[in-house]
Amino acid sequence: MISILKPAVQTTVQDLGRPGFRHLGVGGSGAMDRLSLTIGNYLVGNAKEAAGIELCMPPARIRFDARCAFALTGAECSARLDNNPIGIGHRVLVEVGQTLDLSVASVGIRAYLCVSGGIEVPLVLRSRSTDLHAGMGGLDGRLIRRGDILKIAPSRESYGTTSAVLLPQPGHSIRIVPGPDMDDFTAESRELLFKGPWKVTTQSNRMGYRLEGPTLVRQDNGELKSHAVFPGTIQVPSSGAPIVLMADAQATGGYPRIAAVIAADQWRLAQVPPGASIHFEPSSRAAALLAFQEQHHYLERVQRSLGAH
Amino acid sequence: MTSDDAQPGANETDLSAVRTYWANETAGVLEICGATSTQGQRRIWWLAEHFRFYPGVRDIVPGMNNLTVELDHAAPDPDNLLDALRTEWRTSNAVKFPSRRIDIPVHYGGAAGPDLDEVARHSGLSGDEVIRLHSAGQYTVYFLGFVPGFAYLGGMDKRLATPRRREPRLAVPAGSVAIGGEQTGVYPSVSPGGWQLIGQTSLQLFDPARDPAALLLPGDTVRFVNLGKNQ
Repeated sequence: MISILKPAVQTTVQDLGRPGFRHLGVGGSGAMDRLSLTIGNYLVGNAKEAAGIELCMPPARIRFDARCAFALTGAECSARLDNNPIGIGHRVLVEVGQTLDLSVASVGIRAYLCVSGGIEVPLVLRSRSTDLHAGMGGLDGRLIRRGDILKIAPSRESYGTTSAVLLPQPGHSIRIVPGPDMDDFTAESRELLFKGPWKVTTQSNRMGYRLEGPTLVRQDNGELKSHAVFPGTIQVPSSGAPIVLMADAQATGGYPRIAAVIAADQWRLAQVPPGASIHFEPSSRAAALLAFQEQHHYLERVQRSLGAH
Repeated sequence: MTSDDAQPGANETDLSAVRTYWANETAGVLEICGATSTQGQRRIWWLAEHFRFYPGVRDIVPGMNNLTVELDHAAPDPDNLLDALRTEWRTSNAVKFPSRRIDIPVHYGGAAGPDLDEVARHSGLSGDEVIRLHSAGQYTVYFLGFVPGFAYLGGMDKRLATPRRREPRLAVPAGSVAIGGEQTGVYPSVSPGGWQLIGQTSLQLFDPARDPAALLLPGDTVRFVNLGKNQ
């Protein structure tokens, strides 16, 4: 078990999400930065599907009430285990009663804590992810609070000799593919989309990032019929300020879809703090598929290097 | 109202004109070019069922006059998806989509439906007439969205159309039967909402432990059964 002595601003149990239920109105949820969660799971010998803890905007403090291995990935924040500095991207063995302190992140905003065995919460619709909107999954469908105790699932406790990985570099350049309604926007607006810069406003959360920048103008004012939306979909409401849907995106929407953030760059966007600016770079569908393949191969190499299974 | 069987000439709706496009790198959309019809939705629901067996499929989401099929990145032949959608759409021409009938028992008015009087005032009807019209209607589930288990229903009597509240409620109780504009629906869980609340059902619209988790599914025919008016 682990005890939450002090949660981050938003702390949730997340795995790789809950696909397959969007037709019932159920969003996919899951870690905002899946790349970091997966690396964390590999570091502690877990399958990539194990649940970890997403700590959005530390500081945070956690006590281990069981012997286990843990790893921190994602946001760069200095961390101490009983006052001894530990690095992110490392596997750390911990004894009963030791306390982990995370400080404010210097790069990125979402840290992931993975423990050997994974966080044990009931599977809801085949996933352990917290769906805050629907109030299900994770720990009783809610944010983790001070005083919460989380169970750890049993693990084999067999690790390879390598115990650290060089983590991928985040960045503020985000690749997008054209969305179904891009041609409805003026030529100038289509240019402005790539010119930016786009500031991530404080009205940004797991459902979506509201961006501030040039106003995007749609030539056609007709209302669209309701359609599926996904994490990465960039919607433009009539205000002209785009919203990028994130991991907790609802299943359907009705705003024009100017573009979509490619899957390989969604982890990067998840680490951009409110107030920072991003740029959009054009991508083709083929390039987007290739970028995801490359990320997949990178994760396979990480898994092999750690001797994990 | 929206049932094509009741609509003269509805069978002549041209459903051959569709367009397909990508919503993102892995999700393909088929959209009917013409107006929304129950007949068109039926073919969308059938297509949704049909694509459950497509290799590498991740999510299949019916919308209004459209269907989106999202594939895994590991899907064997992602580039073929749009062609497959168009081909299968042509096959869907002659098929019949089986419709389930679901009755939803409702207590109307009073504490269960605090906005019944507002709907009556706006429509120029009595509260009893609102209840009668609402429970006499036959509704069709077009698609689900907004929150888990929330069904977008077609078929409400236009006389009942009432604008949303200016100030949305922060917490609409689960099971609230409501009218928003020209639509009616049931809130599956406690959520913020701006629709006018006219009644309450004790049925659980969404339960993740149930299979399927949602009570109402696309294509279902829904009736509201009047259990009486709360005073």
